[in-house]
Amino acid sequence: MGGWLFDPAHWSGTTGIPVRLLEHLGYTLLTLVIAALIAIPLGAFVGHTGKGGFVIVGLSNALRALPTTAVLILVVLWAGLGDFPVYVALVLLAIPPIMAGTYAGIRAVDPVTVDAARGVGMRESSVLLQVEIPNALPLIYGGFRGAALQVVATATIAAYTGAGGLGRFVFDGLALQDFGQMLAGAVLVALLAVLVDLGFAGLQRLTVSPGLRPVGSGGKS
Amino acid sequence: MTWIFENWERFWEVTAVHLRLSVVPVLAGFALSIPLGWWASRSPKARLVLFPFANVLFTIPSIALIVITPVLIGTKILDEINVIVPLTVYTVALMIRSVADALSAVPGNVVAAANAMGFRPLRRFLTVDFPLALPVTIAGLRVATVSNISMVSVGALVGLGGYGQLFTEGYQTDNTDKVLAGLIGTVVLAVLADGLLLLIGRLLTPWARVGR
Amino acid sequence: MPGYAERVKVFGIYIQGGPIGVVVATGGIRRVIEFRAVTKRFEDGTIAVDELDLAVEAGTITVFVGPSGCGKTTSLRMVNRMIDPTSGTILVDGKDVLTVDPPTLRRGIGYVIQQAGLFPHRTVLDNIATVPLLSGWDKRKARTRAAELLEIVGLDANFGKRYPAQLSGGQQQRVGVARALAADPPVLLMDEPFSAVDPVVREDLQNELLRLQAELDKTIVFVTHDIDEALKLGERVAVFQTGGHLAQYAKPTELLSAPANDFVASFVGRDRGYRTLTFLHAEVPVHPVATAKLGERVTITDWTLVVDEQNRPRGWLSGVDGEVEVSERDLVSGGSLYDGSSLRGALDAALSSPSALGVVVDDAGAVTGVVKADDVIQALAKARAAGEVPK
Repeated sequence: MGGWLFDPAHWSGTTGIPVRLLEHLGYTLLTLVIAALIAIPLGAFVGHTGKGGFVIVGLSNALRALPTTAVLILVVLWAGLGDFPVYVALVLLAIPPIMAGTYAGIRAVDPVTVDAARGVGMRESSVLLQVEIPNALPLIYGGFRGAALQVVATATIAAYTGAGGLGRFVFDGLALQDFGQMLAGAVLVALLAVLVDLGFAGLQRLTVSPGLRPVGSGGKS
Repeated sequence: MTWIFENWERFWEVTAVHLRLSVVPVLAGFALSIPLGWWASRSPKARLVLFPFANVLFTIPSIALIVITPVLIGTKILDEINVIVPLTVYTVALMIRSVADALSAVPGNVVAAANAMGFRPLRRFLTVDFPLALPVTIAGLRVATVSNISMVSVGALVGLGGYGQLFTEGYQTDNTDKVLAGLIGTVVLAVLADGLLLLIGRLLTPWARVGR
Repeated sequence: MPGYAERVKVFGIYIQGGPIGVVVATGGIRRVIEFRAVTKRFEDGTIAVDELDLAVEAGTITVFVGPSGCGKTTSLRMVNRMIDPTSGTILVDGKDVLTVDPPTLRRGIGYVIQQAGLFPHRTVLDNIATVPLLSGWDKRKARTRAAELLEIVGLDANFGKRYPAQLSGGQQQRVGVARALAADPPVLLMDEPFSAVDPVVREDLQNELLRLQAELDKTIVFVTHDIDEALKLGERVAVFQTGGHLAQYAKPTELLSAPANDFVASFVGRDRGYRTLTFLHAEVPVHPVATAKLGERVTITDWTLVVDEQNRPRGWLSGVDGEVEVSERDLVSGGSLYDGSSLRGALDAALSSPSALGVVVDDAGAVTGVVKADDVIQALAKARAAGEVPK
């Protein structure tokens, strides 16, 4: 069963495992960057002003119900094959968790802290950037990492419309009735998901203030 | 939209299949997650095993799990079971945490009071702990249901039924309308199921709405 | 069980900056904050503050006190424009606050709130440096200033690197005060700052505030719902009544002796006769007392006060007749100390002492004698005859 995965022939060339891994990682990271650029400002703005919260929640739920396969196919039918449809489908998938995490994170900042920030003379932009967002980071990361897991897993589907990534092994294996190849694809996706999550966990540790770690764990860093 | 009205019967047919393929895993997964979640809420050791395991299950792409399932359990490639089992697995993975969190959040003094009045464990669980855990549990169930309804479509990529068939057929015949029909069907189904669960939750937990 | 020596220290701080000294010291009156016919009506129609006229004098602690919903906090928050009034004018240093942009206004006014409101993601030092940095100080200067303040509010330098979650409630509140003082603002607004800490810590913080005020001479507006806190800290106390009315604005003694209406009378409390004693300073005869030192062999016939080498009280000895060696474990502790501050202190010392004799100490904490409850009552009777006490 592991034979396919460990065959050196599958580890080289433009259709080899390293290339597919990088493609998959590329889809994932660019998707997350685009989604974060859209979702974090939206979630932060609504969380900060407290206005339109129901829009965020409603929009998140509606987007969550959207089948990624359908979005991918629709955009391919409209715009043709390529990476663009993949990004549209994956970004729409990644926006809800990041937006919901950001919104919830900002709303969860202790109102006393926010009151103090205004009371010491911070302008609204500073209240948001220097106090609310740094304190919301744990929940923002929560949403972001959830999105990352989903994107890594779902980017597999990109191969259905001929795009690259690890999904190629799953769909090619399916077409060839090559079970070893399919399994290798699935295992590699799961592995990549775990690695990506570990990477973001590390980033989280570096960027979130030690003051926000659960009490008791602050001492041993 | 015109496709739906011109192919009304076919639309109902795939709707029925889609509904079956998404509701059965939700029910099965929910039933399985109650004892597991209860176990996780009671034992830190169980949490240490169950939670990371659930996280890893999530990272397996649904298409891969659907493809691998028949090999693992020996069913035919076009058996509906091949979608029902993976979706059940995802539901359990998601619901364990909801159920465990919900049960852990039941106030300790309420549990102590119930014990002091002489409730036996099973009866206490059914009449005190579980009802109090319902709001959080139902919130988790809503997420699981919506994501299941959206994920069933993936089964079509290997030839299984549901709205996903409209996607693959639409793709192969360059029929945007057909794909849109399936997409609308999925979203409407998800919104309806979500609303229904919300309503059931409100009816079952009238105490959660009073005050505040 | 805390010994006498520790209590002397706490008490010593209290006298040092206590209300008595400061009231006397108030010289030329300058109005730093002025409310002119200020009304706040919220969107739901409730009137939080109703036609408030009030002036806060420079260099004083002014306390706004009242039950919840009386408008005291709203009044305070209108000073730094956390809330804007519906009508009326608020002047800070003669300037209408509505003409100043809120962030600029707030940077010039210290603000301390309940539960401190520290930024959990910033170290203690960075929390304190917030306002200097907002006002454009360079980082180094702001840090140095923050370290100074840490010391001023009585925290060790190594607290600077900690995060708020690693501090106790009382320590957090000290940091909150330090943060408010960082840019050296002339005015300090304090909104129920000590309500969330336990009574023992609260008393510490109150004493500390009085000590700081004696050094810094700020204009402080302090909001509380606790009348005892108000009477202890306030040089002027504004009693607010439900519906946003100012019921009375006076010195603590006046509130106790001449409450403006039934509301003030009941809010100030039933035992206001006893509270009045706090502000009376009559002569009470001091009697000699038998003392003994630890380790000595003495012959005991009655209650004997055991003292240390500096003649500070350690506890009482009794229950035995004849010769004994004075040892720590035979001591009966308890009883507050009378430092000559007020009749209330004298009475409390006598009533709380196991021997019924109140221990009198000097500024250094050394025993000078004892007072008896009967003498205090007589002193009270004299004061009453002289018209110093309300009937």
